[in-house]
Amino acid sequence: MAEAAANIKKIRALIAAHKRWDLLFSLLGMLALMVGVLTFVALFGQMAVEGASRLSWDFFTNFPSRKPDQAGILSAWVGSTLVMLVTAATAVPLGVAAGIYLEEYAPRNWITDLIEINVTNLAGVPSIIYGLLALGLFVYGFGLGQSILTAGLTLGLLILPVVIVATREAIRAIPAAIREGAYALGATKWQTTADHILPYSLAGILTGVIIGMARAIGETAPVITIGALTFIAFLPSVPLTGDPPAGLFDWVMSPFTVMPIQMFNWTSRPEAAFHQNAAAAGLVLVVMTLSMNALAIYIRYRLRKNIKW
Amino acid sequence: MVATPAPEIASVAAAAAPLPPKKSESRGLGFHYSSFQALKNINMPIYENKVTALIGPSGCGKSTYLRCFNRMHDLYPGNRYEGNIMLYPDRTDILNPDVDPIEVRMRISMVFQKPNPFPKSIYENVAYGLRVRGERKRALLDEKVEEALRGAALWEEVKNRLDEPAFNLSGGQQQRLCIARALATDPEMLLFDEPTSALDPIATASIEQLLTELKEKVTILIVTHNMQQAARVSDYTAYMYLGELIEFDATDTIFIKPKNKQTEDYITGRFG
Repeated sequence: MAEAAANIKKIRALIAAHKRWDLLFSLLGMLALMVGVLTFVALFGQMAVEGASRLSWDFFTNFPSRKPDQAGILSAWVGSTLVMLVTAATAVPLGVAAGIYLEEYAPRNWITDLIEINVTNLAGVPSIIYGLLALGLFVYGFGLGQSILTAGLTLGLLILPVVIVATREAIRAIPAAIREGAYALGATKWQTTADHILPYSLAGILTGVIIGMARAIGETAPVITIGALTFIAFLPSVPLTGDPPAGLFDWVMSPFTVMPIQMFNWTSRPEAAFHQNAAAAGLVLVVMTLSMNALAIYIRYRLRKNIKW
Repeated sequence: MVATPAPEIASVAAAAAPLPPKKSESRGLGFHYSSFQALKNINMPIYENKVTALIGPSGCGKSTYLRCFNRMHDLYPGNRYEGNIMLYPDRTDILNPDVDPIEVRMRISMVFQKPNPFPKSIYENVAYGLRVRGERKRALLDEKVEEALRGAALWEEVKNRLDEPAFNLSGGQQQRLCIARALATDPEMLLFDEPTSALDPIATASIEQLLTELKEKVTILIVTHNMQQAARVSDYTAYMYLGELIEFDATDTIFIKPKNKQTEDYITGRFG
């Protein structure tokens, strides 16, 4: 009896000692988490405090100006939006097709392995390198000039590896049993891909695409390299309004600027009022990025509702 | 390599009852996963409109053998077949590299171990095999879907909710849905890979009942872990061990007086 009581006491002491490590780690983990969260909140908060007073309807509908209180981000947000359209239109079909090919069609050999390693490494190439490549290839080589098309293609290349990797991850999450089920009914590779693989991996693919786009929208270095303008007081022609057929795409050849460049430009001015503008533009950019991420989360939730593996 | 002893098929021929026609016959069948030989020199018939059960301990190659019948191994690199599996009456060699595996899969359907419905509606799950064949006529699809669901004893339970996601069904219903999906295209043969191992006893009983009804229309080959199940549902049983066919005979013979000592040990639970 006494022996059992002593034993229980010993066990409890042991558990208490072990649980101290749980407590210690949860504190450390919380601290690590806070470093990231608080840094973001502080940066965002400071920007919000500094820039909030500049946020108004005029700020979104005015072109940049020499007078800080009249300057706006119209050309920048329109430019960013149009560049993102081109980026999505190039990176999504190329990246998804490449991802599907690698995962479903490519033979397993050393060439495929080599391509896979290359794609993964491309994701780590500094963005300025893409800018230099684009300057040589798109601006001069293809003669596309310093246009929305050039910027869209450049950023499209930049996020291509992200889209490919996301596509492959999403496809790999589909259980082999589903794939086998389709093949067992006599489906070809393409039928299996089009009827099953693609629809079931769509949520993951879209999430990857949007996260890639959220990265692209904040990219500055490659866009500067290809020669985006810093001061632009006119808009490209509205997409799909020119004389068909070529006129519909007039807009892609326009000069442009984008949000981060507009911000960068204002930050480098000496007047404090411009710094306020930069903070306000930064606020808008962060909100644009966050809402893209929110969209990604929403899409994933919607599409996965009926898919439980 | 040691020569494998000839499996004892002769006994079936010696039985007094006339043999049913063959639906398929394996001859000198071998199978390799890269460097590992999983099946060795398998020779056995599959009789038409009968249930043939494959039994044996884990890793004996029974699932590997089953998956040869619809060339499922073609999906993965490094796999290699040898010998033939003849399909009657047209004497097509399923394993012949010139025979398209898709053609084989259109003739021989399969039901998997774990229910694997597609994340689509109940209706679309059953209709998929027909859609693969290019069928677009709604009336014909409707008719075939109903017929298949009736064949799988699921129609009464789902007829009012064909557009609901298949995942809403219970495990046993999902497996019957997979059977309906396999039936919808009127296959000549149905392969079952331990179809009840993920199900509770009641769902298992309903699937077993279904098997005995289905054999009127289609030849069935079933892998099972459960010897009682083999005894209950099958007409013929093959006992496999380490990639070899040890004994093949009428199920009654295998369970009452097997000729091979190894089979007897396994059946009586002294081994495996």
